[in-house]
Amino acid sequence: MSTTKMGALVPQILGILRKDLALDWYGRGRVLAVFAFAATSLLLFSFAVGPNTQKLAAHAGGYLWLSLLFASVLALSGSLREETEEEALESLMLLPVDPRALFFGKALANSVMLWGLAAILVPLSFALYHTHVTGSWIHLILALLLGCGGLAAPGTLYATMTARARGRDVLLPLLLFPLVVPVLVAAVNVTQLCFAGDPMQQTNSWLSLLAVFNLVYWGICPLLYGRVIEA
Amino acid sequence: MSEAVATIEQPPEPLPNGQPLVIGSNLGRRYGSRWALAGANLQLRSGRSLLIGGHNGAGKTTLLRILATTLRPTRGELIIDGIDVARDPIAARQRIGMLAHQSGLYPELTAIENLRVVGRLLGIDAVEDRAAAMLKRVGLGGRERDRLREFSAGMRKRLAFAKLLLQDPQLVLLDEPYGQLDPQGFDFVDGLLKSLVAEGRAVVVVTHLVERVAPQLHSGLLLDGGEMRWTGVAAELPAAMGRWMLR
Repeated sequence: MSTTKMGALVPQILGILRKDLALDWYGRGRVLAVFAFAATSLLLFSFAVGPNTQKLAAHAGGYLWLSLLFASVLALSGSLREETEEEALESLMLLPVDPRALFFGKALANSVMLWGLAAILVPLSFALYHTHVTGSWIHLILALLLGCGGLAAPGTLYATMTARARGRDVLLPLLLFPLVVPVLVAAVNVTQLCFAGDPMQQTNSWLSLLAVFNLVYWGICPLLYGRVIEA
Repeated sequence: MSEAVATIEQPPEPLPNGQPLVIGSNLGRRYGSRWALAGANLQLRSGRSLLIGGHNGAGKTTLLRILATTLRPTRGELIIDGIDVARDPIAARQRIGMLAHQSGLYPELTAIENLRVVGRLLGIDAVEDRAAAMLKRVGLGGRERDRLREFSAGMRKRLAFAKLLLQDPQLVLLDEPYGQLDPQGFDFVDGLLKSLVAEGRAVVVVTHLVERVAPQLHSGLLLDGGEMRWTGVAAELPAAMGRWMLR
């Protein structure tokens, strides 16, 4: 479909990324709302389990990633709202911009948002769930990077697909959640192993699984993005 | 679709020099079982203009979106500046600028930031200076730092024109260019149309205000129910529309 070389994509990707980060900065109210929602859901999980510190610590990784997943839906649909208000996404398609560059720029901006969210939620979960990192910090950081990336890539595709749908707020999680189950399972396991320790040396296997799913999502979604925008 | 209608061709452009910038052959687009556009043929040279008329649902915007390469035709072939759009839409887009119904801009960004986004994506050098010059040209000089959200609908339209001019396209597609503008804005669009054609660009206009714009443009094309019903000199399009509707 396109003859654009990968090298030529980089300035376009950076242009889209810069624009989306600027929009996030100007729409700080929306971003803060996403952060507040994620923090509140973390808090609610701790209320639901009760003051049992052992139970809380045993499932801290799961609660952290569920909060991130739920908040990611808000972040993803919010990022597309700006694009549809004045049909800006269609306008971008009128420019000689490769749809893959559009995808990578937007998905990276959404990843940055989720990484920022994770950076705040991790210390918050330490405080709420009485846990800390007993394993490797590097593994935890890798899990957060790959886990958020694994949510952002298909999330960007589906958020674009549902951006103009009437029931987009329901459709996006319905489409996204089943697809990201493997990422969620792997990210929760790595995170929990980092919190509680990894006597069986399982972390690398789960991280490999996360990396493979990232490769698949970041490889396939850009190819589908042009069709999705056109549709 | 009747075959007789489907084969209506635009008369050859009177300017003999060079190949047409746009060659559309049997362009059609189907949604389900309904043809929104059924077999449009058109040619347009640089420095010439085409007015597309027709009622709501006639297929005007569908044809314009196909010409803009944002909508894939179900059938037919579109060549822009020698480029087969089906093969390389991105290369074709380097020649195209379109003003759509919506401004296509970001309400949270300022006027200059909106133009900067486009300039950077197009790799335009000295984008700040050029963007400022375009804002002046559309009557928004001094409003560079104002956010789009603070702009009236007419000012947004002018900013969309500035974005279009910044792209410096060979083929200009205008969908309802007078929409949301005040009488001064109408005069602004009239002047801009003249200068775009004078600069050697090919211009395609879709509007309901055919009486106003027809005398300024070269060729006319009437669409109805997705089919080409008439082609000729733009100035005769209002009369042709009247005749067709009386049938």
